[in-house]
Amino acid sequence: MAEEKIGVYICHCGTNIGGKVDVEEVTKWAATQPNVAVAREYKYMCSDPGQDLIKNDIKELGITRAVVAACSPTMHEPTFRKAASDGGLNPYLLQMANIREHCSWVTIDPVAATAKAKRILSAQIHRLPLNEPLEPIEVPVNHDVLVVGGGIAGIEAALKLSATGKHVTLVERNPSIGGHMAMFDKTFPTLDCAACILTPKMSALGKDPNITLMAYSEVEYVEGYVGNFTVKVRKKARYVNTDICTGCGACQEACVVRKVKSEFDQGLGFRSAIYIPFAQAVPLRATIDPAKCLTLSKGKCKQQTCVSACGPGAIDFEQKDEVVELDVGAIIMATGFELWDAAQETRYGYGRLDNVITSLEFERISNASGPTGGEIVCKNGEAPKSVVILHCVGSRDQNYQEFCSRVCCMYSLKFSHLIKEHLPETEVYELYIDMRCFGKNYEEFYRRLMDEGVNFVRGRAAEVTDVALSPDEEGRLVVKTEDTLLGIVRRIPADMVILSAGLSPAHDAKEVSQIFGFGCSANGFYLERHPKLEPVATVTDGIFIAGCCQYPKDIPDTVAQAGAAAAGVLGLVDNDTVKVEPTISYIDPEKCSGCHICVGLCPHNAIQYNEEKNAAEVIEAACKGCGVCVSACGSNVPQQRGYLDVQIFAEIEGALAV
Amino acid sequence: MSKFKFAMYWAGSCGGCEIALLEIQAKIIEVDQNYDVVFWPAAADFKYKDVEGYDDGYIDVCLFNGCIRNSENEHLANLLRAKSKVLVAFGACATMGGIPGLANLSSAQEIKDLVYTQTPSVDNPDKVYPQERFTVPEGELDLPHMYDTVKTLEQTVDVDYFMPGCPPEAHQIAGVLDVVTAALKGEGELPPKGATIGVAPKSCCDECERVKDEKKIAGFRRIWEFFPDREKCLLEQGVICMGPATAAGCGARCTSVGMACRGCYGPPEGVVDQGAKMLSTLASIIDAPDPDEIARIAATVPDPVGTFYRFGLASSLLRRARV
Ligand SMILES: Cc1cc2nc3c(=O)[nH]c(=O)nc-3n(C[C@H](O)[C@H](O)[C@H](O)COP(=O)(O)OP(=O)(O)OC[C@H]3O[C@@H](n4cnc5c(N)ncnc54)[C@H](O)[C@@H]3O)c2cc1C
Ligand code: SF4
Ligand code: SF4
Ligand code: SF4
Repeated sequence: MAEEKIGVYICHCGTNIGGKVDVEEVTKWAATQPNVAVAREYKYMCSDPGQDLIKNDIKELGITRAVVAACSPTMHEPTFRKAASDGGLNPYLLQMANIREHCSWVTIDPVAATAKAKRILSAQIHRLPLNEPLEPIEVPVNHDVLVVGGGIAGIEAALKLSATGKHVTLVERNPSIGGHMAMFDKTFPTLDCAACILTPKMSALGKDPNITLMAYSEVEYVEGYVGNFTVKVRKKARYVNTDICTGCGACQEACVVRKVKSEFDQGLGFRSAIYIPFAQAVPLRATIDPAKCLTLSKGKCKQQTCVSACGPGAIDFEQKDEVVELDVGAIIMATGFELWDAAQETRYGYGRLDNVITSLEFERISNASGPTGGEIVCKNGEAPKSVVILHCVGSRDQNYQEFCSRVCCMYSLKFSHLIKEHLPETEVYELYIDMRCFGKNYEEFYRRLMDEGVNFVRGRAAEVTDVALSPDEEGRLVVKTEDTLLGIVRRIPADMVILSAGLSPAHDAKEVSQIFGFGCSANGFYLERHPKLEPVATVTDGIFIAGCCQYPKDIPDTVAQAGAAAAGVLGLVDNDTVKVEPTISYIDPEKCSGCHICVGLCPHNAIQYNEEKNAAEVIEAACKGCGVCVSACGSNVPQQRGYLDVQIFAEIEGALAV
Repeated sequence: MSKFKFAMYWAGSCGGCEIALLEIQAKIIEVDQNYDVVFWPAAADFKYKDVEGYDDGYIDVCLFNGCIRNSENEHLANLLRAKSKVLVAFGACATMGGIPGLANLSSAQEIKDLVYTQTPSVDNPDKVYPQERFTVPEGELDLPHMYDTVKTLEQTVDVDYFMPGCPPEAHQIAGVLDVVTAALKGEGELPPKGATIGVAPKSCCDECERVKDEKKIAGFRRIWEFFPDREKCLLEQGVICMGPATAAGCGARCTSVGMACRGCYGPPEGVVDQGAKMLSTLASIIDAPDPDEIARIAATVPDPVGTFYRFGLASSLLRRARV
């Protein structure tokens, strides 16, 4: 190893580090360490003059390696590596020693903090001579984009990207795009008609020449890396030739199986075995439900009325699933949410007591094109005289979901308004823990509802029961709750109870995230790369997230995220090449025994098995340098550049040398 | 031409290495043609005094097997180092401590207590222990002193080459002898000092004929608990096979007859601690999402130290348990 000249730069970070660590002492000590040519301290190393210290020392003192003892590398490693590079030093010959997050912020005693800072720095001083210069890897970029999920988030992102001339494939699991928003009548706080603002976007998407819509389809397999993903999509058989189906709906009128609970109507209305989920569906094409269709499930349907009803002859019982392979450069995940299953909270009686309904059911009941034609009625067809809306069902609850679902306070207010609008005489109660009306014009909407005469009761309902204690309660529901403002326990008789259930991650969010090779947070929603600065990126370069798949949010935030994700994608696929970090792993085929241990483990699908060489192989551009293969291989064959065993052992020795 | 001088010594070990040398069969005649045996207690009657009388470097090649367990082993290690030109740590015990290295989980006293007073078949009410010194009418007898810690040969003296295996395979021994003999005759080169010899470049899996696929383990099993598939990788079947963290060279003889690799060939090149590496490998392939399930699966590992450090405890980063 040639003699190295190391420059050491120790940052005070104002009082963040300087207030706890004796920076002067550490600097003096550092100057005496092996290979150290110069050790300096500075108030704010990340400032321009701070960075200039490094650049000048490279030029004037000829330092060959550098270490900045400052904050976490996730914060400023790029800053200082750039400075090194500007000064003429390979950026990977600079290391960070984290003496802020790992030291000054978490150590109480200044003497101990100073000693610890030396250890942390010593580790880097010992490893630096073993660092190798590395060059970023440049890979070509495919300009096409995949969007997964056709709710408002996916629709918005696809349209934005198409407007820039990019080709987008949108894969939606259901027969139609639209997601949850398509089920709503009105949207808070403006009370826009949901259909009026959503359907134009849906139909624009359906007609857009830059967008290939693959509804009733799911992504099964993803391979590749930023700029170069290969995706396999299963187009489920609709048993209808969509090229000739005109969407006239004659088949569903003719079908002999007519009492299938409509998913779109939350099971409150019915559809046929062959169906178009709702009138504005995009694509407006029929689908046969193979579990309900007599021909497909039982092998016999005497009349096959759908066949005779269909003018163009689109029905095709022989149709099979089709797997289509796509190449794309970037992916946006917009797979949305699912409503929390309110039946889990048994004390509220959902599924047991009539007229205890979920919020989505109420959306359908209040919708002019819904099962009741927009009439707000109980099961017996009568208008309710009293409605109680329970907030935070399944949300903010240690037993279920600890988080706040963010939109239920607001949609509950929307419900109150709709009830008051349709049935001015009806008493409406909202049982809340806190009112969370955080958005633009939300607080104003809340105030308006107070003026409309809604009863706001602060308390979490204890139980919904049909056991009457007074004549007034006879034959009705009763909500038992504590009113924490009055300090009393109340029984509120009701004809309808709406459970404002929380928003949950899709039931298969975890499996889906694994197919794509990124992760989920502890609460089950897709994990963003950084909660503040990278809310729509994932740890996998080239894969972005938008909408409620990331975390519950309202439509304005969803649309904003969709735009941000589209911009992120554009910043990538608008280029011909992309640079990827070189701190990745490599496998020497001369050492690999072909045991296959690492092959299935790479979370980024970056390892493939080369049958010819009988060895595993790392696809450079796909590897994220996570180190999983390095620790998994029993023979230490995969080695990660920048984190070689020798470098890590040197760090350990350095840390123990002080 | 005068013959080269050959020595073999048996320190803390079972004696299998000595037998392994004879496994080279007819080739032993070649050894006899090229070498004079000047010390080999298992095969010929030499006394330590004879060796002490040799000049330094008198022995051309010495195969030293066994770990350093007591003062006698240590004395002979020093003696043979001085007298040998090429000193080979031969077999798992000399290179890594071997099975006796597992004694590093206890102190010498604990072992003696167990052996002389606690085992069910011992009847020793007076707690009689062997004494290191004992006076008889003919004079004073002494026994070697047993150390608390088992050491490898390299932890005791400077070693030229390392040849792992419990015991080393005959074809590897023959190969090594060919190289050494050729070098001594000036017809070839010795490997660089400190090299591990008699092994193959990759891990044991390379020589294992079983079909390997991705590994996901939902529980560990021992070989007597089921009938393992004859074709499939044993690890995939939940049997802890040390193959991935073990140097090749043995020809994967164990796995070819349905026994999991026990790791006697030591870590492959580049691996510092065989047991830790294997643990890291297993941890990577346990297939369970939640911590409780992972803990349950991990608890099915039989005898972790004995499994992962069956041969390598004395040479591992851990070395020994605290006493
Ligand atoms: C009862 C209720 C009322 C609400 N009212 C309002 C309101 O008035 N105003 C407001 O601003 N917000 C409201 N919200 C919030 C609003 O619903 C969300 O902000 C919005 O729907 C989020 O859109 P999205 O595209 O992220 O998700 P979604 O609408 O859930 O769409 C996701 C889409 O992805 C598809 N998908 C899922 N998984 C896959 C997969 N693996 N492959 C392919 N496709 C997949 C789904 O089928 C769906 O079409 C309300 C929410 C609820 C529950
Ligand atoms: S938005 Fe309101 S009702 Fe929904 S979880 Fe948060 S606090 Fe509860
Ligand atoms: S370091 Fe290994 S496991 Fe991690 S991304 Fe790279 S190849 Fe995959
Ligand atoms: S784990 Fe190691 S030896 Fe096994 S296939 Fe991967 S790189 Fe090769």
